[in-house]
Amino acid sequence: MDKVVASAAEAVTDIPNGASIAVGGFGLNGIPHNLIQALLEQGATDLETVSNNCGVDGWGLGVLLDAKRIRRTTASYVGENKEFERQYLSGELEVELTPQGTLAERLRAGGCGIPAFYTPAGVGTQVADGGLPWRYDAHGNVAVASPKKETRGFHGRDYVLEEGIVTDFALVRASFGDRHGNLIFHKATRNFNPLCGMAGRITIAEVEDLVEPGRIDPEQVHLPGIFVQRVVQVGPGGKRIERVTTRKRNGGQ
Amino acid sequence: MPITRTQLAARVAQELRDGQYVNLGIGLPTLIPNYVPAGITVVLQSENGILGMGPYPFEGEEDPDLINAGKETVTLNPGASFFDSATSFGMIRGGHIDVAVLGAMQVAKNGDLANWMIPGKMVKGMGGAMDLVHGAKRVIVMMEHTAKGGAHKILDRCDLPLTGKGVVHHIMTDLAVIDVTPDGLVLREIAPGTSVDEVKAATGAELLTPQPPAQMKIPAGVA
Repeated sequence: MDKVVASAAEAVTDIPNGASIAVGGFGLNGIPHNLIQALLEQGATDLETVSNNCGVDGWGLGVLLDAKRIRRTTASYVGENKEFERQYLSGELEVELTPQGTLAERLRAGGCGIPAFYTPAGVGTQVADGGLPWRYDAHGNVAVASPKKETRGFHGRDYVLEEGIVTDFALVRASFGDRHGNLIFHKATRNFNPLCGMAGRITIAEVEDLVEPGRIDPEQVHLPGIFVQRVVQVGPGGKRIERVTTRKRNGGQ
Repeated sequence: MPITRTQLAARVAQELRDGQYVNLGIGLPTLIPNYVPAGITVVLQSENGILGMGPYPFEGEEDPDLINAGKETVTLNPGASFFDSATSFGMIRGGHIDVAVLGAMQVAKNGDLANWMIPGKMVKGMGGAMDLVHGAKRVIVMMEHTAKGGAHKILDRCDLPLTGKGVVHHIMTDLAVIDVTPDGLVLREIAPGTSVDEVKAATGAELLTPQPPAQMKIPAGVA
């Protein structure tokens, strides 16, 4: 078994126009920036992304946004990106805002064969009641609003029905991978990566270190290789930090 | 007189008990860890996938693989763990987090919270707030008592779109500590040098005083 492909370009070569793509990462932490760059160069457009955020101007999914390749995105927080705001408010981009825990569970559920589940998050708000602006028209009016969702009481509390997400492709980033597709994520980079990996019909993993099968301790695998179809080695370079926060060494804050 | 942001952080920190799991929102709540009383150890959860988050790193030791939910570089405390976002929100929704502290634009007397969107302005997203307010055992709103210009933030009814209905347990501000009860808002404490009438005037909902409010206790030396 060998899921390794030679380059990020080869790994994304068959992603067509209009594809839905789950993309791992939280902010710029643990994003598959090599695969995103390769997808930019490959040229596919009209994409539907599912990702907690949508990058920043000029980095992460922001590069696809800048090139107007994204038609629709599902995310929980998109506040870091001016071009995003422009496209959203001018009707070029459709945006489905979803509570973060709901988004994580929708990806997990989709990948695990669960079509929908009930959650308390969003009950009594526009998330459940409908009316969130998904798409504006060119004049700034709401052209498409979110639908009302089914709610149901369990044990005296109300819950809203949320649907699982399955995507055509998933792009994830891991610290270690082997040619069977087993993945390990370093520190906080795990975040949405395993969940996107489960949700993708074809999951492509960029890995910092590609190791031989057996080198990864089976007890340490975070995402088993069955969820991963392609692996490409990219090295550790290119990571960015959104907000550098530090303390001084000599007793200061 | 309103207390300072750091004094408010020190007051909220007194609510924390040894061994609790705590999630702190961005902004004001991030000041709280500096004022956790001696002898109290709490475990901080960051919803991007960390339990046991520590302070900011020393200069030069920032790790791009280790950030918090505010996308700031952080460190770990001994006993920390990492997990994916579904497990993280499983902890939150599943009622395993003892205390969540978050900011607010508006809070209503029945505990409704609005802190994520202003109609007509760019909607940035709710992040994890809608999950947190339903899952944490105690939800504390930490905020300035009024908006810029003095507009009321504590109201009979929120007019901004809600983050959650009936989810807030306590409101802690630069003027007062208020409990949300089935009877309504109960004024428990007022800032030093402030009168009950001043707090009531700064509040857009009825404040009950079944007992005379105490003075907010600010630890000595916190300015």
